[in-house]
Amino acid sequence: MSNEVIIQNAVKRYGDFTALSDVSLKIAKGEFFTLLGPSGCGKTTLLRMIAGFNSIEGGDFFFGDKRINDVPAHKRDIGMVFQNYAIFPHMTVEENVAYGLKARKTPRAEIDKRVKEALELVQILPLAKRKPSELSGGQQQRVALARAFVIEPSVLLMDEPLSNLDAKLRVQMRSIIKKLQRRLGITTIYVTHDQEEALAISDRIAVMKEGHVMQIGTPRDIYAKPANPFVAGFIGVSNFLPCQVEKVKDGRAMVNVSGMEGQKVKIDVNRDYAGKATLSARPEQLFFAKEGMPGVVTFTTFLGDFIEYEVQLESGQSITINEYTKDTTEVHEAGEKVHIHFDPTRVSLFDENGEVLSR
Amino acid sequence: MSRPFRGKVKMDFWFFTKILVIAALCLFIVYPFYTILTKSIFSSKVDGVTLYNFQRFFSKPYYYRSLLRSLVVCSSTMVLAAVLGVFIAYVMTRYNVPGKNILHVLIIMSLMSPPFIGAYSWIVLLGRNGLLARLMSSIGLTAPTIYGRNGIIFVFTLHLFPYVYLYTSGAMNSIDSSLEEAAENLGMSKLRRIWTITIPVVLPSILAGCIMVFMTSLADFGTPMLLGEGYTVLPVLVYNEYMSESAVDPYMASSLSVIIVACSLVMLGFQKLVVDKKNYTMSTLRPPQETKLHGVKRFLTALPIYIVLFLALLPQVVVICQSFVERSFSGVVQGINLNNYRTILSRLGSNIFNTYYFSLVAIVFIVIFGILVSYILVRKKGKVANVIDTLIMFPYVIPGSVLGIGLIVAFNKPPIVLVGTAAIMIISYIVRKLPYTVRSGSAFLYQMDPSVEEASINLGVSPMKTFFTVTARMMMPGVMSGAVLSWITCINELSSSIMLYSGKTSTIAVAIYQEVTRMSDGTAGALATILTLTTVISLLIVFRVTKGKVKIV
Repeated sequence: MSNEVIIQNAVKRYGDFTALSDVSLKIAKGEFFTLLGPSGCGKTTLLRMIAGFNSIEGGDFFFGDKRINDVPAHKRDIGMVFQNYAIFPHMTVEENVAYGLKARKTPRAEIDKRVKEALELVQILPLAKRKPSELSGGQQQRVALARAFVIEPSVLLMDEPLSNLDAKLRVQMRSIIKKLQRRLGITTIYVTHDQEEALAISDRIAVMKEGHVMQIGTPRDIYAKPANPFVAGFIGVSNFLPCQVEKVKDGRAMVNVSGMEGQKVKIDVNRDYAGKATLSARPEQLFFAKEGMPGVVTFTTFLGDFIEYEVQLESGQSITINEYTKDTTEVHEAGEKVHIHFDPTRVSLFDENGEVLSR
Repeated sequence: MSRPFRGKVKMDFWFFTKILVIAALCLFIVYPFYTILTKSIFSSKVDGVTLYNFQRFFSKPYYYRSLLRSLVVCSSTMVLAAVLGVFIAYVMTRYNVPGKNILHVLIIMSLMSPPFIGAYSWIVLLGRNGLLARLMSSIGLTAPTIYGRNGIIFVFTLHLFPYVYLYTSGAMNSIDSSLEEAAENLGMSKLRRIWTITIPVVLPSILAGCIMVFMTSLADFGTPMLLGEGYTVLPVLVYNEYMSESAVDPYMASSLSVIIVACSLVMLGFQKLVVDKKNYTMSTLRPPQETKLHGVKRFLTALPIYIVLFLALLPQVVVICQSFVERSFSGVVQGINLNNYRTILSRLGSNIFNTYYFSLVAIVFIVIFGILVSYILVRKKGKVANVIDTLIMFPYVIPGSVLGIGLIVAFNKPPIVLVGTAAIMIISYIVRKLPYTVRSGSAFLYQMDPSVEEASINLGVSPMKTFFTVTARMMMPGVMSGAVLSWITCINELSSSIMLYSGKTSTIAVAIYQEVTRMSDGTAGALATILTLTTVISLLIVFRVTKGKVKIV
């Protein structure tokens, strides 16, 4: 049966190196939860602690109300999809998928029925008698998937399952996984370093960096309201503009953006603050205007549905601006002098320590 | 709260396996060698702890000359084998040599054939009364002698060049062709390309092959014993010191053993320090292409390979022919028949039985230990695994005669008396031949992703059961191909058997040696044919099972 997963103050050390420090997560029953971060952030380490392949140095792990810290890996009732699929090379597709059911002493007739259903769900029933060496990467991926969910585990773990597929197949498998997970309602923990994949597939995401959780939220939250500059820069592209918060009045900050002196910008904030700050704006949140930060277009890239501009501001900083082709007919060429502006209700504001200020 | 994991020793299956393996290694490797070491610093002529034996060794020409001779023979063999091996490897990997795959198999076969049979066969051809020698003298020519230093080097080179070939061709096949193309593109001529790019990149592999040649020729006993005729090298001296009926001197033999092992360890240290560090890892996207030659050019390029292989395999053919020739005691040919086989079956049947019986028992243990030890070395890394690794590979570098002496001095008195039993023969086989299986098994396991095992555990099968149903099952090809090599070297084993055998536990290899010294060519030939056939059939099985991808080195 599917279950909720609670992790309290998880710690992992390798010698003096702390791979994971004090991570706490609560993943709801049936939720699709993603651990996202650059390599070395501890996401795979955490996943393998849940699976039971890494020892737990501190903290408590629960499936529902059952503490699993001391439950050996083979008794945790987890389905796992490995990065390289880990298909048993000496067994057929069928035997691979039936393996976990046999371990559970499921009656023969039921094994046959469930294996067939699982293979049907991932659309490889005709390949049931094949050996893994006769399968393509995408087909092996489906076997790995079927083998993991056929046992109806309490939790499904996926360790970068799509990283070995080519770009097109990756997008295709992504939606198959997502739809399957919805349909079966299995609590799923998914590890990836690909932010686009994470945004597309997850109910919620935990962004990790150097063993710490930086932010937990829905894909839209994380994209629109990053909790710190790291998340803003890791999820999508962000331009960081230095600025000065002069004062906060009635929950609104008067912000002085360098290059836009004399044009006070008002941004809704969550607390009182005065001093240096950073304004974070996505390329699509910036636009060309009559007034704003003056700069020169240095490079124009036509990408079909939008045009990407590289603009050098007077401070010397280079920023990226995207303009959708459906919104404009005008193309700015390199060398052209422009002014850049933004919508103050959409950008993010961080204080000197990287704590979020904007609401 | 959760307990900390570190420092907690898990009392699981692997814990007990490690203890068992370490205990066995201590008993059959550490203890015998320790006994040799302690014996080497005593003497029957001086009281108490003394370096008398070593002083005598380095002051008496009779002793130190054998060391110099060993070094001369081994270095000459190494250089010649390197020249032959590198040349053949280059031609075989880069040109469309006719019959390439068969040649490769034949080269491996010539390496796996029992070394002393080569020596014996060359005596039949070029020795006193040799076939070729007589043929040449009948037309007024003097045949070169096969006895002495040059004969030993000649036989060693033909037998051992495959080591250099196998290491070098392996490396040459893994050079990405873009490397040489880049040199060509930068304007290098063909020969200078080989000299500045190809050779330096494969140099570590060439050196590794050379070291194998050096250590094997240093340890070999049969060839110099048969061909030496007064040109005494170290292993022969050890045997003489220990076995000579006039004065058995275990102390001097022990000291000599220590000196041989020291030489081997120096070579091994050189390998660890220089060769292993200089190894280049390459990602081969495009393996090198072979150049297509045509007509006479193609034949001439391959001709040297054919000549070398003809010489290397000639002994096997000669031996098989000899086995059908019946001779009188004075050497006069009586007829072509199977009488030699009848003779050995009636007189030496127990030797044949012993050879297969000992080797089979040894192989069962080697396979079981091979699987377990390979797994510990690859998946249970740590201090214990490192100790096991070093100890397991130690017999790889010590000559069989030294191990034989070690086992004798260790187990010829209570509490454990094994001398003269079948057990001591089997133990020496297991200890000496286990490295082949462990190397092959662990190399195979290294390429196996651990996530396959984790997938099984994750699906609810306990680690123990996973090991037996998934891991061991998947390791089988690697373990079995190593085990066949262990098996082949077991049946052909001479240098430790000749130290350890008793009347009841003699083997084919020992009998061949004795028949040759009695000038009984026919029966020796029949015995050698049995070994050769077993070797060839075993190798063919390996080639079939591994689809030609057997790793000898």
